[in-house]
Amino acid sequence: MAGTSEKTINVNVKVWRQKNKNEKGGFETHDMKGVSVDMSFLEMFDVLNERLINEGKDPVAFDHDCREGICGMCSMYINGRPHGPKQGVTTCQLHMRSFKDGDTIVVEPWRSAAFPVIKDLAVDRSAFDRVIAAGGFVSVNTGNAKDANNILIPKDDADEAFNAAACIGCGACVAACKNGSAMLFVSAKVSQLALLPQGKVEAQQRVLDMVHHMDMEGFGNCTNTGACEAECPKEISLENIARMNREFLFANANEKK
Amino acid sequence: MASSKKLDAKIPDGQLEQKWSKYKSTVHLVNPANKRSLEVLVIGSGLAGSSAAASLAEMGYKVKVFCFQDSPRRAHSIAAQGGINAAKNYQNDGDSVYRLFYDTIKGGDYRSREGNVHRLAEVSSHIIDQCVAQGVPFAREYGGLLSNRSFGGTQVQRTFYAAGQTGQQLLLGAYSALQRQVGMGAVKLLARHEMLDIVNIDGKCRGIIARDLVSGKLERHFGHAVLLCTGGYGNVFFLSTNAMGCNVTAAWKAHKKGAFFGNPCYTQIHPTCIPVSGEHQSKLTLMSESLRNDGRIWVPKKKEDAQAIASGKMNPNDLKEDDRDYYLERRYPAFGNLVPRDVASRAAKERCDSGFGVNATGQAVYLDFAFNMKYKYGKTEATKKGIENPTEEQLTEFGQAVIKEKYGNLFDMYEQITGVNPYKNPMMIYPAVHYTMGGLWVDYHLMTTVPGLYALGEANFSDHGANRLGASALMQGLADGYFVIPYTIGEYLADEIRTKSIPTENEEFVKAEQEVENRINKLLNIKGTKSVDHFHKRLGKVMWDKCGMARNAEGLKWAIEEIRKIRAEFWADVRVPGSANEFNPELEKAGRVADFIELGELMCKDALHRNESCGGHFREEYQTEEGEANRDDEKFAYVAAWEMKEVGEWELNKEELKFENIKIAARSYK
Repeated sequence: MAGTSEKTINVNVKVWRQKNKNEKGGFETHDMKGVSVDMSFLEMFDVLNERLINEGKDPVAFDHDCREGICGMCSMYINGRPHGPKQGVTTCQLHMRSFKDGDTIVVEPWRSAAFPVIKDLAVDRSAFDRVIAAGGFVSVNTGNAKDANNILIPKDDADEAFNAAACIGCGACVAACKNGSAMLFVSAKVSQLALLPQGKVEAQQRVLDMVHHMDMEGFGNCTNTGACEAECPKEISLENIARMNREFLFANANEKK
Repeated sequence: MASSKKLDAKIPDGQLEQKWSKYKSTVHLVNPANKRSLEVLVIGSGLAGSSAAASLAEMGYKVKVFCFQDSPRRAHSIAAQGGINAAKNYQNDGDSVYRLFYDTIKGGDYRSREGNVHRLAEVSSHIIDQCVAQGVPFAREYGGLLSNRSFGGTQVQRTFYAAGQTGQQLLLGAYSALQRQVGMGAVKLLARHEMLDIVNIDGKCRGIIARDLVSGKLERHFGHAVLLCTGGYGNVFFLSTNAMGCNVTAAWKAHKKGAFFGNPCYTQIHPTCIPVSGEHQSKLTLMSESLRNDGRIWVPKKKEDAQAIASGKMNPNDLKEDDRDYYLERRYPAFGNLVPRDVASRAAKERCDSGFGVNATGQAVYLDFAFNMKYKYGKTEATKKGIENPTEEQLTEFGQAVIKEKYGNLFDMYEQITGVNPYKNPMMIYPAVHYTMGGLWVDYHLMTTVPGLYALGEANFSDHGANRLGASALMQGLADGYFVIPYTIGEYLADEIRTKSIPTENEEFVKAEQEVENRINKLLNIKGTKSVDHFHKRLGKVMWDKCGMARNAEGLKWAIEEIRKIRAEFWADVRVPGSANEFNPELEKAGRVADFIELGELMCKDALHRNESCGGHFREEYQTEEGEANRDDEKFAYVAAWEMKEVGEWELNKEELKFENIKIAARSYK
């Protein structure tokens, strides 16, 4: 039970160090002894950093903020998997009880052409913001809205839109994809808005703009391997990609008319 | 009592119900051509910042948005779980603007402004309309209408929600609106930028100094007005439900340059958080207040049972109904498990301090869903399925499915963190720091005591008094950003249309940048022996022990001395690795903790001067025989607005609170 466990393990952490985006990086290994299994993965990094600071060394830079699995900032590639070995959790919600005594844990940054490394494990994901700016919205200015209950939305549609909207924009889908494709991220936003009457009005233009911008940012193509869905901490469904492809084909055909 | 001459709240005259509508129709306007040459800097991209930036850009102002995270979508509003209040009365259960206004004033223990709170209640329903129009996927009923639930301190169902991710969905709505303006070139976005000072010229705020967190370069930015939407300061306690990066720095820099700080000691301790598990703990996790709709809070009636459970000798599920103390239902029958947060937190502390805590540290109580799972939801589902005499197992199975739909993500999160399955065992919870009602003092226009400098959302002090009601933070952040600042900023900017952009070579910009640079160099050159976290943890412990859920004069005096010692040691012995001209998260943290240390002292000073108990501020010397808060309206019905003279020295200014529409009374939830 929480608060009563005194179980500890020893692990070997092999972590990627890279001074900045222009310099070459490499692995560095640290012995972590007596790690409480109740610690979160990032708390284990806090302990490591405290030690590095006390030894006069440079602590490991990594992105993190809310530490409750919702802000999407944490982004570690652990033993070859974005956010590590557990299904449906972010790095910050991964706990040391998911590892065994004596394990070697390899930690790398997200690797993708569209996400350049800033330092160590922190990468630049601003491409996602630019894709949203290209069309991931409903064009409604503040003050123009009518009474909320004037728009009736079937519960199933609302739930499906919500499931797509649960995306936290962490980029695990891109990191997991051998092509570095952002289709799951983009399709989640396209789907959420295409499923709702509020978003239907500009659905065609939206999908064209977002897909176009996604390509411009240097994300790869989708080859339907499904790795993105498997690694998504919010378990966003591949069906969104299928829906986006339909929306795109339809919009493209219409545009050419 | 009269208000200090330095404070003019500028609340419009007239009837309460007409103040805001009259203000809106008479406020000065800025014509569209002039808006294009007026620049507004928005610091922070949470609900208040994103909604303000998007709305102002839509109106035609030139806007820049700064956030320290890698994207505006990361702001900590994202983590709000339970919901957002609005006086829609969709449930036909007697809600109204007046009732939301009344509940908020009472919930805040009569320490907020009537004028502000009424405006908040008035605009609440437009927020829901706006968010739905943006495509925010709120929970719905089968008929396609919006769904509601209850939150603490109210007897109506006025809370709109999107599962346990309401903050996320609202923020993504505001973020979309913001990104739309970014895409059109109306907003310039500067992510991974931290504001490190404001720049005042001739008595008005005219810009900021920001640090590009990737390159480490300092930048000067001019603005005709600056909006601080930088959230609360709960991380002064080290352990809180705030995100790791949440900080007081922007507000504190403004405070040091003339913005008064209002009611710093009003802190919200949220009753339902996952208990601390060990020394390594970096933050605490909230379990939404919405869980109190269906979860019942209890501890064992007998100490020996509590001890047996805590030591693992007894399973709590085996404890008989008669041996459980549902202490909130016992003490507050009218509101039961849905009493406001301050009341629920204190009651949990009281039980644990008396020896009834249910974990090894003695600091945990149960939040138990078994009863409602079986008998509320299980029974209904069985009836729907046409099963007349369901077995206990069937009731549990059916009920579990309903609970999963309602709170699934919270239950998953609980299991992830604790390793315990909450569908089978009652959740263990304990209060934790969550929100700060205090903040920069603002007038009705949301302007601080520095002309041209505004504070919105949690960063200001204005609407929640001494205790905020659940689901009201999201409401206030969006009210300020979407519906208040777009009007009130015009009043100021209408007089600024002749002010040309001030070049950032101006000596005040140069001076401010130099000061920021000196401070950074000072931090880097101490080269001491202890990490930033070492000092932050020490500060946090002093704050939690002496300025947390219960305070007393002796403890606060001790804390002030102790915090001064921590400040001296910090500036003599902190070790900040790396350099100024690189991505350096430790340097960022060091600057923030240095500000927290100064703030901690002010919070204790404020708590010490307020010789009464109200809302989240509970002074042990001032309580009734039953252990309830004892307010002193004669002496303390005012906002304490602190003006900094120098570090460690402040002058108190008072803004009298007038209650003309609500009869000020003892606050009872019994």
